[in-house]
Amino acid sequence: MTPAELAERALAQHTGTGDLIVVIDRTVAAHLRWAAGAVTAAGAVDDTRISVMAVHGRSVGALSHVGALDDEELHDLVAGAERIAHHAPADPSAEPLLTAQEEVDDAPADHPEPPTAAIRSIADELAESARLLTATRRASFGYAQQRVRTTSVASTAGLRRAHVSTSALLDLSLREPDGGAGSWTGAAGPDLAGLGLRERQETLGHRLDSARRVVGLPPGRHELILAPSCVADLMVRLYLAAGAQDALDGNSVFAATDGTRLGERLSELPITVRSNPEEPGLLCRPFTVVRSPGSLGSVFDTGAPLAPTRWIDRGVLSALVQTRHSARVSRRPLTPWIGNLVMEAGPGGRNLDEMVRGSTRALLVTSLWYLREVNPMTLTLTGVTRDGVYLVEDGQVVGAVRDFRINESPVALMSRITEVGLTTPTLPREWTDVPTRVAMPAVRVPDVAVS
Amino acid sequence: MTAVDPVIEARFQALPLRDLADAALHTALKLGADEAAVRIERIRTAHTVLYDARPRGSDDLVDLALGVQVSCRGTAGFGSVAELTTAGAARAAEYAVAMAGAGSRAGSAFPPADERPAGHAVWSSPCERDPFAVPAAEVVGLLDTWSTRLLAHPVVAHVMAKVTVARENKYYADTNGSSIVQQRTRIHPQVVAVGERSSGGAASMRTVGPPTARGWEYVCGQGWDWNAELAGLPELLAGKLAARPVQPGSYDLVLAPSHLWLTIHESVGHATEMDRMLGSETSYAGGSFVRPGDVGSLLYGSALMTVTADRTSAYGLASAGYDDEGVAAQDWTLVDRGVLVGAQTDRRTAARARADRSTGCAYAESARHEAISRMPNVSLQPDPAGPDETALIAGVENGLYLTGSDSWSIDSQRRSFQFTAQACHLIRNGRLAGQVDGAAYQSDTLTFWRSLVAVGNSSTYGTFGADLCGKGQPVQAAAVSHGAPAAVFTGVRVVDAERDVPR
Repeated sequence: MTPAELAERALAQHTGTGDLIVVIDRTVAAHLRWAAGAVTAAGAVDDTRISVMAVHGRSVGALSHVGALDDEELHDLVAGAERIAHHAPADPSAEPLLTAQEEVDDAPADHPEPPTAAIRSIADELAESARLLTATRRASFGYAQQRVRTTSVASTAGLRRAHVSTSALLDLSLREPDGGAGSWTGAAGPDLAGLGLRERQETLGHRLDSARRVVGLPPGRHELILAPSCVADLMVRLYLAAGAQDALDGNSVFAATDGTRLGERLSELPITVRSNPEEPGLLCRPFTVVRSPGSLGSVFDTGAPLAPTRWIDRGVLSALVQTRHSARVSRRPLTPWIGNLVMEAGPGGRNLDEMVRGSTRALLVTSLWYLREVNPMTLTLTGVTRDGVYLVEDGQVVGAVRDFRINESPVALMSRITEVGLTTPTLPREWTDVPTRVAMPAVRVPDVAVS
Repeated sequence: MTAVDPVIEARFQALPLRDLADAALHTALKLGADEAAVRIERIRTAHTVLYDARPRGSDDLVDLALGVQVSCRGTAGFGSVAELTTAGAARAAEYAVAMAGAGSRAGSAFPPADERPAGHAVWSSPCERDPFAVPAAEVVGLLDTWSTRLLAHPVVAHVMAKVTVARENKYYADTNGSSIVQQRTRIHPQVVAVGERSSGGAASMRTVGPPTARGWEYVCGQGWDWNAELAGLPELLAGKLAARPVQPGSYDLVLAPSHLWLTIHESVGHATEMDRMLGSETSYAGGSFVRPGDVGSLLYGSALMTVTADRTSAYGLASAGYDDEGVAAQDWTLVDRGVLVGAQTDRRTAARARADRSTGCAYAESARHEAISRMPNVSLQPDPAGPDETALIAGVENGLYLTGSDSWSIDSQRRSFQFTAQACHLIRNGRLAGQVDGAAYQSDTLTFWRSLVAVGNSSTYGTFGADLCGKGQPVQAAAVSHGAPAAVFTGVRVVDAERDVPR
């Protein structure tokens, strides 16, 4: 049964007087994990998530189920959601349901199989790459995943939409023997085969070569070059904190005494942070799907079309993540959450190597780790560098320095960026709970406190 | 299954568990697996959130799947399906064997340590009132009452109130002859009060009442006095709003168990996971500064430091009858009077560490995940002859008293860390002298634990914990409890994380 058919089956169970929204996510995925020449995990998963949201007046009852259901269980699920909706208080974000319909002609096969072939290929590529490491005594650690997800939404109000997303992810580090230095890279894209395991391993090897000398680092303020992955870690946090309703409630870094900080200049540089479902290489679902009530999206907005959105436009905070309700209340355009993120500052940005060559004295940070919120009102985050910080002097990497801690807010950091490099696809290091379709530049910040 | 157990959810027991397991195990062996295990799990989680006494979100998810783990000439393979039929179970076994085959092309493997059959067993965590049998109106009603009570206080501008409940039903069977049915129920209420400073800006104070392996009886006062904690929250918030910036420097820290649990979790719990020590978590979650050879000799902390691990304590979030490789729950010592004496293993890491047997730490978030080594309940033991909390504070001249966990961050080798608290009181000459703002302490694991100079008696002891600790790729969550007495650490570096320029 295809997700669209399953959605229709769920709608057929609806008996109440209100409405029903159904979201089906069918996911097939396969993965491989390795550590120092040994395979530590290899798995294939096929699962289906059914999310039903019963709407009764302005109230919502939401229930989800992962796993197969027969008609009776499906009936129980729908009836359960309706029961909750009948007794639930009004949802503050209630709006009329959307009715958009589209023909879905790329409906997937009845029983898609987990992409195990992609994992067999990457296993062979890994074995080949591992042979190249033998002489160096270096070891490779990593994770590779290939996934196909079909999302189908339908409602009794007439909504019908579907989307198929194919995604792959590669997380790779290379380490010197006996607990020596490490270096990391990550990539996301549609196909595992296109993520360049072998080339990436080579690049990491060069980075380790250039950092054999270890130099001391005094605490204090230093000029930092943050690699695109680090910028992704920071900007994704900014995006996750950009809910308009939270700001209107006085509950986020984007709150102001009289509403929100929209319109405020965050940087003197023409930095733009934007999302676009049609972004080449970063394609994502072009409509809103909300699987349960929450603060970054409203159930009532499921099916809303997504258009290119500039969150920060040439340095100015221009949009927050809106529901139709929050957009109406704050008299702003409807700008819902979109599943990718791009930061750029116009043409002419230098790549990371060119930025290094143009530095008199700076610390090159290639990866950040364990960023945690210290203060949600300022979005101050604490985190440490990991697997590669290098001292740059007169345009050259002259050695590796120890890892250090920073306490910084990505919002405050915006105003202190002095150079924005070339935007390139990258992966945030802590990619698990955040969007992975991102393109970021390296940035230069002249005065970061390190401890 | 032989008989219906009255404690385990009937709906779960009604599934054709044995038939599904037989189909999966039979297929795995037929396709060449040396050993195989199957898990059928039904996991239900629900959370309800109110913001300023208005509903802000709710979710209720049932996750029902079947997963097969195989070992083929030492290489692990895993397969999972949502379809609970014998054909689906066989398909999961096919995936698992195919993935072991794919994995074996990439490199060597580590076979698991031997384990004796567990036979047939049934285990359940204690639960008096099934939280999923509580009507939604009663759940919202309780959070509404809590929120309204707090909002009536002039210092409170906003209130977020939420409760998360979860129940895991698990059937485990393996080619070793074990078949085990388990049920675990847990609950976690949380309330955050936000206040506004007259000078602009805001501060928040969160309840420290922990997640625990109990039922709905927990919010009615069994195991934690919610009414008392909520009654004290506005005063704590007022103190935080009036707090002056902390003066960076070196302090003696009195850490309450509501705070210390997270430092134990990050700097002792994760550091003594054998998979991290061996490097197999290097990708993503990270490693540990502890080496397998350090067990038995490493001076981890002062002689006052004794840390135990268990999967057996009552209401412990990591407690279970058996782990996800059929190994019975155990309790053991990690650090004995300052010396590292133990570690945490599953069957593969036990074999690699040349241990006789796994400590029973294998756990998977659901049947859609492979079992990996996860943290047991890890607790710092009280000092029977130690002081009470008042005496601990009285013994400090220039210090800080930290309660409640807040932000945390530690490097990938579990050494260099920074923690902040919900409330941080200044201690001057043995007395609390008002809250300070922005205090974050920074240290490294061994320096910190070696600076432990006083440990409270059992009157200071409390159990806290985390219900969403992430690890592995694909990442999976696990819940874990940590007990601790109040304790004093001397000469710890404190920075102002809000305003600080490090020295």
